[in-house]
Amino acid sequence: MNRYPWWANLLIALVLAVGALYALPNWYGTDPALQISGQRGRAVDAVTTEKITAALKGVGVSAKSLTPSADGVTLRFVDTDQQLKAQDAVRDALGQDYTVALNLVPAAPPWLSGIGAQPMFLGLDLRGGVHFLMEVDTASAVRAAEERLVDDLRQLLREEKLRYEWVRRVAEGETSGVELRLRAVADVAKAQALIARTHPQLVVDTAADDGQRLIGRLGDPYRIEVRRLALQQNITTLRNRVNELGVAEPIVQQQGDSRIIVQLPGVQDTARAKEVLGATATLEFKLVDEEHDLSAALAGRVPPGSRLYPLRAGGQILIKDRAILTGEYITDAASGFDQQSGGAVVHVSLDSRGAGIFERVTGENVGRRLAVVFIENTTDSVRGADGKLERRSRRTEEVITAPVIQDRLGRRFQITGMDNAREARDLALLLRAGSLAAPLAIVEERTIGPSLGKENIEKGERAVLAALLLVVLFMAIRYRTLGMIANLALVGNLLLILAVMSLLQATLTLPGIAGIVLTLGMAVDANVLINERIREERRNGNSPQASIAAGYERAFGTILDANVTTLLAGLLLFIFGSGPVKGFAVTLSIGIVTTVFTAVFVTRAMVNLIQPRGRRTAVAVRG
Amino acid sequence: MAQQTFKVDFMRYAPVMLALSGVLVLVSILALAVRGLNFGIDFTGGTLVEVQYPAPVELPQVQAALSGHGLEGAVVQYFGTRSEVLVRIPAGMAGSTGELSTRVLEALGSGGQNITLQRVEFVGPQVGDELVTNAALALLYAVLAIGAYVAFRFEYRFAIGAVVSLAHDAIITVGFCALVGLEFDLTVVAAVLTVIGYSINDTVVIYDRIRENFPRMRKASTREVINRSVNETMTRTIATTATVVLALLPLVLFGGDAIHSFSLAMLIGVLAGAYSTIYVASWSLLPTGLSARDMIAPVKEGAQTP
Repeated sequence: MNRYPWWANLLIALVLAVGALYALPNWYGTDPALQISGQRGRAVDAVTTEKITAALKGVGVSAKSLTPSADGVTLRFVDTDQQLKAQDAVRDALGQDYTVALNLVPAAPPWLSGIGAQPMFLGLDLRGGVHFLMEVDTASAVRAAEERLVDDLRQLLREEKLRYEWVRRVAEGETSGVELRLRAVADVAKAQALIARTHPQLVVDTAADDGQRLIGRLGDPYRIEVRRLALQQNITTLRNRVNELGVAEPIVQQQGDSRIIVQLPGVQDTARAKEVLGATATLEFKLVDEEHDLSAALAGRVPPGSRLYPLRAGGQILIKDRAILTGEYITDAASGFDQQSGGAVVHVSLDSRGAGIFERVTGENVGRRLAVVFIENTTDSVRGADGKLERRSRRTEEVITAPVIQDRLGRRFQITGMDNAREARDLALLLRAGSLAAPLAIVEERTIGPSLGKENIEKGERAVLAALLLVVLFMAIRYRTLGMIANLALVGNLLLILAVMSLLQATLTLPGIAGIVLTLGMAVDANVLINERIREERRNGNSPQASIAAGYERAFGTILDANVTTLLAGLLLFIFGSGPVKGFAVTLSIGIVTTVFTAVFVTRAMVNLIQPRGRRTAVAVRG
Repeated sequence: MAQQTFKVDFMRYAPVMLALSGVLVLVSILALAVRGLNFGIDFTGGTLVEVQYPAPVELPQVQAALSGHGLEGAVVQYFGTRSEVLVRIPAGMAGSTGELSTRVLEALGSGGQNITLQRVEFVGPQVGDELVTNAALALLYAVLAIGAYVAFRFEYRFAIGAVVSLAHDAIITVGFCALVGLEFDLTVVAAVLTVIGYSINDTVVIYDRIRENFPRMRKASTREVINRSVNETMTRTIATTATVVLALLPLVLFGGDAIHSFSLAMLIGVLAGAYSTIYVASWSLLPTGLSARDMIAPVKEGAQTP
């Protein structure tokens, strides 16, 4: 009455064996490694490999192994000190065309990764690194769209010879739009029809108090689309920038409808990371206003259509408002040195559309001065005196250089005026990685140093082992044979949790470890329930076999009810939690499922196997 | 045989125990009202930087270095040893951008000291507000979902008892945090939710037994049924609480500071959970007028008769 059919036993054994196999890579841990890959089409070939080994020899570091990987080579090291030393040496030897990223690679034998068995992914609290939560100021993307619209409408009205008094962007609290006033009443209907045809995303109405004034508002679907695209572009841009940082296994993902999570494992230089990620720098090319007098402007008489800009080298310069070209047309940028002057320069390449515009404008303006304007956006979130959250955008604009256009400029050209090579490199990086569609603000930052990460792992491991030991002792003393069976199941449970987490490539965090510990404590509850039931049945005078059968069957409903409710709590934690809470929820939920399996089916199979057939007294059941 | 069958009239002590529960809940609420929770930066927003100096350092020195960089008002304290320092900057001070942590590091390293960064946490004020809302929602939904499940699997009066007992445990756990000034961060919310999960686990086991005993003890009063059920499950309650406490102890003792609040809150909650299962969840079935008739013959219209 108790025995499972042979195939059920086989299935249980199989599940446990597969679990053990997939939990195995965690035993080996990971090796600190360097991952070297070529950028912009460069391959890692024999020559590069030789350079790498020579560089390592130079600093007296030897790699444990050097193996080709998907897009380059992977070097393994004994410890992180050697890894860091090697990174500096290799980076210097290979230069900018290669990415030298720190990484942790599984130390398990290759056949394990061959069957897809990977160790768990360790959270930042266990391996060190930076976590940023960034808020995208999507409202500014809408504002930019409206500003573009103003330019478009002006041009449109001019082309159609409809005279206007003004076209401008208006904003009042949450609502914003564009507003234009026509000179002649007769043109109003014409303009309205024209705009409706050319700009269907704009809802245009005449103002109530003034028949010649038209007010246009962006439709909601279009607004949402603008915001969505801004977020998407920022994610792409951040990905590019993160890649430039040379971090292995970075995470860049959307959270909610205006936030982005960036996780950089192993990064310690947070200031540099922030500089590269957060800066929303872009370039604009504008003509220098040479028709008007600079000194008059400095005295406060700035001519319309022009503005004063600070020069990076000091002083001010009068520049025309209209941008000829913005950063979005730039396809590539690299730092270098000017052949003649020897100063640091940035080589810029444009896409075909940008090249077309640039060629035309520079051709028309040979002999005039072209200003390269550097624009940087930063956003501060400050809680005001009234407790309300305020957001302040800071926009810094300065002119890097304003050379005279010697000739028609094409697809490729260079920007001079940088102070040093580092500055040129940073500018090239920002340009290459693309511009952000909307400013970003860091709303949450968590950095864990590598030594703290290591400490956390050690503490976690110690806690798991101590908990396991205490629970095992308790069960063995209290329930003897049945207790030992429950203990074996407990170890099986731990293996299965590790296996499932490894298979799902779930992230193990410190609270996650706490979740495992708690699961170990609660897992035996099922066995306690079953064992107490069996004892009870024995006390009521039933045979051992009957008692075992009744014990398992009657306890099962209770076990199921009890675990479903805990699982409910776990799932809610997962849905509403973030960061550490989520990590905890994952291990707790996985643990509950594996617990029901091991505590009920695995122990029953084992009890059946050691129970003698027939009516002899069962050894495992003390009455 | 029969070595461990408890024969305690648990319900006899109910008035005393309920008074005790009342006092505990009252103390918790008072502690919350008077002392308030020591919210971590998860909720308040702000910046926290933990650094390690190569040698023991004097706190006034650290404070001076910070002031020199325009960071007056930062709270400085030792963290573990005298060479490990924790710097806290409340939200809204000195422009709470993510840049603040960089400035702290610059300030601390300005004396030419070779400091090691252990941990930086910065949480913007709006994120903190959201986390509070989400945490409160998660707690509320968890209790409601569990109540709904119990009402569905048992009877609505069981659900009332379960929900009341969960609220009891949550209040006591949170109240304990307020009383001893435990730092209340996201992980503690996770602990409270887990306590709820554990407590309901316990409650369901006893409820199961009560439901099973009603048809068996047709002549007995509800009080007797509850008493018998609590007695019958007592060995299990003790054994399970013991294993969970045994598992939690290592976390409290060697889990480290990162999860200290979490594991301590959980330990208190688990003990509260085991207790409330008997004196809140089980007892509360009495005043609801639950009787054997409700559990044996379905009284609801349209229900199936066996």
